[in-house]
Amino acid sequence: MRLLISDLTHRYDDLTVLDRIDLVLNEGEVLAVIGPSGCGKSTLLGIAGGIVAPSAGRVAVDGPVPDGCLNPITYVFQDFALLPWRSVEENVALVLAHHPLPAADRRARVEEGLRRMGLWEFRQALPKQLSGGMRQRVGIARALAVRPAILLLDEPLSALDAQTRELLMDDFLDLWRREKTTALYVTHNLDEALRLADRVVVLSRRPGRIREIVTIEEPRDRRLAPAAQAHLAEVRARLWHLMKAEAQMADREIARA
Amino acid sequence: MPDPINTPTSTQSTLQAVRFRGGGFHPRRHPWAALAAFALLIALWEGTSRVGLASPLFLPPPSAVGRALAGMIADGSLWLNLKASLLRIGVGWSLGTLGGLTVGLLMGVASVARAVGVPLVSAFFPIPKIALLPLFILWFGIGEASKFATIGFGVFFPTVIAVYSAIDSVPRNLIRMAQSFGLPWGAILRNILLPGALPGILAGFRITASIALILVVAAEMIGAEYGIGAFVLMAGNLMQTDTLLAGVMVMSALGLTIGALLSLLERRLLVWR
Ligand SMILES: Nc1ncnc2c1ncn2[C@@H]1O[C@H](COP(=O)(O)OP(=O)(O)OP(=O)(O)O)[C@@H](O)[C@H]1O
Ligand SMILES: [Mg+2]
Repeated sequence: MRLLISDLTHRYDDLTVLDRIDLVLNEGEVLAVIGPSGCGKSTLLGIAGGIVAPSAGRVAVDGPVPDGCLNPITYVFQDFALLPWRSVEENVALVLAHHPLPAADRRARVEEGLRRMGLWEFRQALPKQLSGGMRQRVGIARALAVRPAILLLDEPLSALDAQTRELLMDDFLDLWRREKTTALYVTHNLDEALRLADRVVVLSRRPGRIREIVTIEEPRDRRLAPAAQAHLAEVRARLWHLMKAEAQMADREIARA
Repeated sequence: MPDPINTPTSTQSTLQAVRFRGGGFHPRRHPWAALAAFALLIALWEGTSRVGLASPLFLPPPSAVGRALAGMIADGSLWLNLKASLLRIGVGWSLGTLGGLTVGLLMGVASVARAVGVPLVSAFFPIPKIALLPLFILWFGIGEASKFATIGFGVFFPTVIAVYSAIDSVPRNLIRMAQSFGLPWGAILRNILLPGALPGILAGFRITASIALILVVAAEMIGAEYGIGAFVLMAGNLMQTDTLLAGVMVMSALGLTIGALLSLLERRLLVWR
């Protein structure tokens, strides 16, 4: 399934946050979105998933809903958004409850999601008993349980420490190796974009406009190989060059406000 | 590596231990202190009566209060009066809570209900509800109904406020999450708003239980044959201060019991916190 964003503008009262964004997320592609703080990345993702109504412009999906997919556009949240009063498995089951599914299918989806994220032994734990990384894995298992066609990820790793972030990046790589789920991945972190994305959209400071879309030629699985480093360093330098000026200016703007 | 402090070195004479300065400002449990203070207080009280510092008519010693309490238990007057009060609290509190939950929930989820409700609640909330008892007596008669109404009314408004602010305090991101997975409205209410609001609602119960206790005693003092409030008032009129204090003890025990039950409920229902 493809996601098409056309001529999208968004304002919160007088504050223009996104300005005339055109973007196509291709089937099977991982598209990272980077940009300075407050430039409208979360807003863009909210609009793409239908939980924020845009001021102007259109968002559409294109293509058939895959078999077994219950929620074509599905989020993974920065703060995990788990219900603290539900166990791990109940948190995953929550998003299946309103679908007419045979009980066995329901159980199988919960179990599959939990096993893939290495959470099966912890299925009866409460979120408060888990580490941050485990909590985000519950968030990912919950997303996988509905077999999404498009994943929207809003800084899914930024609440985690550096080591946990590495581990979860491996989980994502594994996911995209097997499923090729289309994804829009918002991040602050160049390393995440360079490890995970096929293309990187650089947004300007607020109001967010697309400054440039940079393609990473190296396939995801070969990015840790020594041969890939020259290209990646080049992409990184390009991205940092684009981001730095924007970030500096955004920084000063916030300081003045 | 050798122990660097106990190894003689040329700088030994300039060594200075780092002094501990991190003590205090840290709550610790002293389980016996409370008990000891309590025992001391009772002993002092008993002592002042025994040596004649206080007239037993105005301040009867704890032993006399204990005897009065035992007498109440023996002749059945304790249960007779306690039963009457418990019934009033039970019915009045349940009515007020049921109404308050319904209205509070509506105000929590529907902005129109909130726009209508907030000014009304703000206007009624500060009225000392006991002031309405005479009116309720005119409406419902001197019997039980007017007492139920007073207690129910007193419980209703704090419950409304507790419920809708508890619903407000449920993190919005959880609701957005549910919407993003396509959960229908009813499922969001059942699975997210209500459980998320439960801590605030239970905290509200604590407040309304104590309001119900105050109101039942006040209402019984204004007009009731039986009930702990009526019992205490009567004992005062007859100058039976030992019986009066025994009645007060019963109220204290009642309040403690209700509090303990609520704590139990919270521990049961809120293990996830
Ligand atoms: N509901 C809202 N009402 C008003 N202003 C908002 C609202 N949500 C976000 N904003 C403002 O819009 C701007 C963009 O917010 P958004 O969260 O989309 O940025 P972001 O790029 O995701 O930022 P960050 O990197 O900090 O996550 C910010 O200046 C923010 O303060
Ligand atoms: Mg954001």
